[in-house]
Amino acid sequence: MRDHLDELEAQSVYIIREAFKKFEKLGMLWSIGKDSSVMLWLVRKAFMGHIPFPMLHVDTKYKIPEMIEFRDNLAKEWGFELIVETNWDVYNAKKTFPEGNATRIECCSALKKDALQSLISKNDFDAVFAGIRRDEEGTRAKERYFSPRNTKFQWDFKDQPPELWDQYKTDFAPGTHIRVHPLLHWTELNIWEYIEREKIPVVPVYFSGQGKCPPDERYRSLGCEPCTSRVKGEAKNASEILVQLKQSNIAERSTRAQDQEAEDAFEQLRAQGYM
Amino acid sequence: MTDSQSTSHLRPKSDHPLRIVIVGHVDHGKSTLVGRLFHDTGSLPEGKLESIQASCERRGVPFEWAFLMDAFKSEKDQNITIDTAQIWFHTEKRQYVIIDAPGHKEFIKNMVTGAAQADAALLLIAADEGVQEQSKRHGYLLSMLGIKQVVVVVNKMDLADYSETRFNEVCAEYREFLSGIGVEPMGFVPVSAREGDGVATLSSKLNWYGGGHIVDTLDAFSQPPKKADDVLRFPLQDVYRFDHRRILAGRIESGSLKAGDTLTFYPGGKQSKIKSLEFWEQEALNSVGAGQSVGITLETQLFVERGHVAIRSEQGPIACSDEIRARLFWLGQRPLEVGRGVKVKLATQEVEARVHQIHRLIDASTLNVQNEGAKEIRKNDVAEVTLRLREEIAFDNADVCEGTGRFVIVDDYEVAGGGIIVDAPYRSTQEKAQAQPISPRERNALLGHEAGLIIFGDSLSEDSRTLVENRLHQKRILTYRLSDDEGSHLTSLLNAGVVVLAEHKAESLKHLGAHQMLLSSEDDVQKIDTFILRLKGLSDSRDFEI
Repeated sequence: MRDHLDELEAQSVYIIREAFKKFEKLGMLWSIGKDSSVMLWLVRKAFMGHIPFPMLHVDTKYKIPEMIEFRDNLAKEWGFELIVETNWDVYNAKKTFPEGNATRIECCSALKKDALQSLISKNDFDAVFAGIRRDEEGTRAKERYFSPRNTKFQWDFKDQPPELWDQYKTDFAPGTHIRVHPLLHWTELNIWEYIEREKIPVVPVYFSGQGKCPPDERYRSLGCEPCTSRVKGEAKNASEILVQLKQSNIAERSTRAQDQEAEDAFEQLRAQGYM
Repeated sequence: MTDSQSTSHLRPKSDHPLRIVIVGHVDHGKSTLVGRLFHDTGSLPEGKLESIQASCERRGVPFEWAFLMDAFKSEKDQNITIDTAQIWFHTEKRQYVIIDAPGHKEFIKNMVTGAAQADAALLLIAADEGVQEQSKRHGYLLSMLGIKQVVVVVNKMDLADYSETRFNEVCAEYREFLSGIGVEPMGFVPVSAREGDGVATLSSKLNWYGGGHIVDTLDAFSQPPKKADDVLRFPLQDVYRFDHRRILAGRIESGSLKAGDTLTFYPGGKQSKIKSLEFWEQEALNSVGAGQSVGITLETQLFVERGHVAIRSEQGPIACSDEIRARLFWLGQRPLEVGRGVKVKLATQEVEARVHQIHRLIDASTLNVQNEGAKEIRKNDVAEVTLRLREEIAFDNADVCEGTGRFVIVDDYEVAGGGIIVDAPYRSTQEKAQAQPISPRERNALLGHEAGLIIFGDSLSEDSRTLVENRLHQKRILTYRLSDDEGSHLTSLLNAGVVVLAEHKAESLKHLGAHQMLLSSEDDVQKIDTFILRLKGLSDSRDFEI
C-alpha cells in the first residue's frame, strides 16, 4: 500500500469485483460527472482494462451539452456498451421545471427517478452501481455499500441491513435489486486527488474558461443546466481545484438547486429510488 | 501545489483517516457531542449552522446539535438516531472519520455496522443516568468487534453540577463492568457536550480534572499497526479469463506475494507457482501486500475457484475443518436455534452451517451467563458455539488474522449475525476422509469438472446431438443422455457430478443450480467448447472471453 489513495482504490475494486461475481444482470449508472468517471476508471482497474457490463445514463435532455459530447466520445473511444434512458412522455409534454410546468422536485422525480426505474425494470437488472459518496449529503452519509431497494424501488432507510467486515448483502429476494456504492468512503478531495494522479478524463466544464464557463467560473458539480450553477474562481486543472477545495468551507452540492428545496425533499426523492 | 508554505491552517494532506465510532446508551448525547465538536473546532460547512437553526425553529424546539448528523426527517422529528452516519473531520494533527452510532436497543445492527469500521471508540455515559443497558452491551460488542482503543466519555456533567464525586462514581461502576470482559479503557473524560465544556477547550467548571479535552483525546489515539509481515492469506474472489490469460483475483488479507512464490490453495492443498502479477494502468509492482486488490496468473492451470485461500507454501498450512468454535452475536429478529440451517460467509467462502451446540449464552448487558441447555440465541445476545459446516473451509483464529478469522451469518437473505473464531480444531484431510462422506467438491475434483445440463432444442438435428456428446467425451467429461422416461433421475445424476444431455420438452429442467446450456440451433453447437471450459472451472461463469 503506497498511500491513502491506494487504500481507497483497493477497497472500491474489491466491491466492484464482489458485485460482478454475485449479480448476473449488472449495470453502472454513469452520470458523466467526476465521481462516476472515477468509478468507470476503477472498473477498468478491476478487470484489467475491460468493462464487462453496460454504462447506464439517465438523460433528462436538459444536461449541460458538454456532458453529452463527452459521453458519446468516451463510449466510442473506450468501446463500452451505453444504454441511455429518457422519460420522453414527460419531456415531450413539457411537464418540466424549465418549461415552468413543474417544481424542481417534481421535475427531478419524473426525469431522473422515474426514468431510472424504467431503465432498471426494462433491463431486469439485479444490481446497479451508483457513484454516491458519504460526504456529499446527510442521507448518503447513512448509506450502505450494498443497499437494497424493494420491488417498488424504495429505499427502506429505517431498516437497513447490517454491513460489517466487508461482507455485503448479496442475497436478495426476487423482484428487489441492490444499489452498489463503490465510492461511498471517498471524499470530494479524494476524487480530485485521484483524477490528478491517474490522469482520468473528465468533462472540461469542471475547469474555468472551458465551454460556456467564463475565465473565472467553473462547475463544481454537474447536473441539468437550468438547476446547476457555476462557482466563482479560476481553476484550469485538477491540481488548481485541489488548492481551492482545501481552502473552501462550502458544501459541494450547494450549487444543485434541487437540494435546497424543502428540508426533506431530497430524502423523499432518495427514499423513492433516486440516486 | 504552489502555496504549500502558506497552508498550515488548511486540512492536512489526505492520509489514511483515523476512524472513530461514538457509542453508548440512547440519549446520552452522542450526536450532540459530534455537532458540538464540529462547531467548536470551526469545522461546520458554511450555512450549516443556519440550516440546523431553521430545522429547530420549524419544530419549535431549542437549538439541537444532533441535527448535524441526524439527517433523516424522522430522526429529527423524534430526536433519535436511527442509523449510523459518517462525517469527515480534521484537527491540526490529522484527519478523522467520525462515525455516529445509534444508542437505541432496536438499532443494535446499525451500531454494529458503524463500530465494525472503526479504529477506536468513544463510549458515552450520561453523568445523571449513569451506566445503562446499552452502555454495557456496546462495551461488550466493541470488544467482540476487535476495537482495542476505547475512551469513556462521561457526558452531561452540567446535569451533575460538574461534580467530581459523581464522575468518579460513574467511572468506578463502568470500570468494574469492563474488567469483567477483559477491557482496559485508555481513559475517562468528563464533558458537557451541550454546553461545550471539555469538548474543544478545557472548562473552568471542571478544574478538578487534570486530563485533556475531546480533541486531545482523539489526537492521543494511534493508528492501528499494519500487519505487513504476517503470513500470506489470499482468499480468491473470482477467476477471470481476459486476453487469453486466466487471472485469479482477490484481496490480500495479510502478508505479501510476488512472482515466483509457490502458493498452496486450501481446502484441497493444490500447489502452483505465481507466473505474473497483473495490473492495468499502474506501474508494475514486484510485490504486493495486505489490503491490495490484485490479479495473478499461475504457471500451471489448477482447478481453483472463489473461496479457496492461497498461502505461501513455505509458511505452513492454514487450518481446514467442517467444524469451528466461535463467539457470535445475533442481530436477527428470528432466534438462531440449535440445528437450524443458515449460511456462513467467511472471507470469500460461503457454506451452509448449523449450530451444533451452544456452550455459553451471554446477556451482553448483564453478563449473566447461561451455561447449559440453551437451545436458541435471541436478538442482541452473544454466545459461544460450535458450528458444523456442510463442507470444509479454510480459516484462522481471529487473533491471528481477522480477514480469515471472522464471519457473518446470513439467514433468509439477511446478514443476521457475526462471529469470531476462537478455536480451530485442525483435522487433516486424510483423517477427515476416513470419518466423513465425500463432498460434492471432492467429487468434482476427482472428475475434473462440475455437473451440468445441456438441453437440446426440438429443431436440432440428431447429427449435432451426437457431435456434442462425442466432443464432451473427448474432453474427458462424464456424460449421460437422458431418455424421455428417465426425467425423475435427473437430480440424482447432477448430484453425482454428471453432465446430462436432455430434451427440451421438460420445462421443469430449469433452475436446478447446475451449469446449463440450451442448444436450440446448429450455430449454438460452436459454443460447446466455451461451456466445457466453464464445467472445468477454467472460465468465469459468464462468457466474456475477449
